[in-house]
Amino acid sequence: MPINYYIFLSLALFCIGIVGVLTRRNAIIIFMCVELMLNAVNLLLVAFSKMHHLAKITADATAVTAGTDGQLFVFFIMVVAAAEVSVGLAIIVMMYRNIHSVDVNFLNRLKH
Amino acid sequence: MLRPPKRANSRFTMNITHILFWFLSVLALFSALMVITSRNPIYSVLWLIVTFFSISGHYILLNAQFLAIVNIIVYAGAIMVLFLFVIMLMNLSKTAEPKKNRWLKLAGGLAGGCLLLVLVAALRNTEIKGQLAQVNEGDIGLIKNLGKELFSTYVVPFEISSILFLSAMVGAVVIGKKE
Repeated sequence: MPINYYIFLSLALFCIGIVGVLTRRNAIIIFMCVELMLNAVNLLLVAFSKMHHLAKITADATAVTAGTDGQLFVFFIMVVAAAEVSVGLAIIVMMYRNIHSVDVNFLNRLKH
Repeated sequence: MLRPPKRANSRFTMNITHILFWFLSVLALFSALMVITSRNPIYSVLWLIVTFFSISGHYILLNAQFLAIVNIIVYAGAIMVLFLFVIMLMNLSKTAEPKKNRWLKLAGGLAGGCLLLVLVAALRNTEIKGQLAQVNEGDIGLIKNLGKELFSTYVVPFEISSILFLSAMVGAVVIGKKE
């Protein structure tokens, strides 16, 4: 599969996430769009890792572990995303408790 | 002239792979669009789960089986359930989003479209354009190779990520605690 297809698919997913962040007001949906962008990057990393592996293994048949790093980066991105979601959702719950809304327009003064 | 059967066979599997690739791509893009256009946040969460499943399908197509399973377990299983919990806790579906500024939406869509246009134009003729991503084969995505690498080269980041999880847990409890 040509790498171009994966690049364009990931770019489209990433830009859909950006449009979501820019146009929606609900903090939870903005958060979900951030997850969407993270997943677009993950998909591109896996595709690049497989591309790198194919290039290495055709040049040198002993390089069987070339490209593992990219997939491990994806694993660590997932770890960080899980930690981020737990803290972020706690912040959103706290915000809902204080101002009874999750509209980000009410948050433009960073105090209540 | 007799064509060797192996070649015909590999062409057939390439066809199946192509069909699967296009199907999963269209599904991912459509469900991502539905995430940002749904009125109800619950529907957004469900469409996002569809997106994650199609991305997992892409991982399986790239033979990154470990990441496909982890993606389903962590994202579709844990994170999305957390989102659903929070949304249902807040009872958001009754309170519709307040009246939105149409121009702001238009500007957001235009900005995202321009970014997509610029990135595609910039990356259309990269020097890796002709390279292929290995699909359906290659065993670097299997759990054996990834586990070996993870627990030898990347063992320190792995341990640090456990500390990160601990601090995230403590942070979530401290933030969510009632005064």
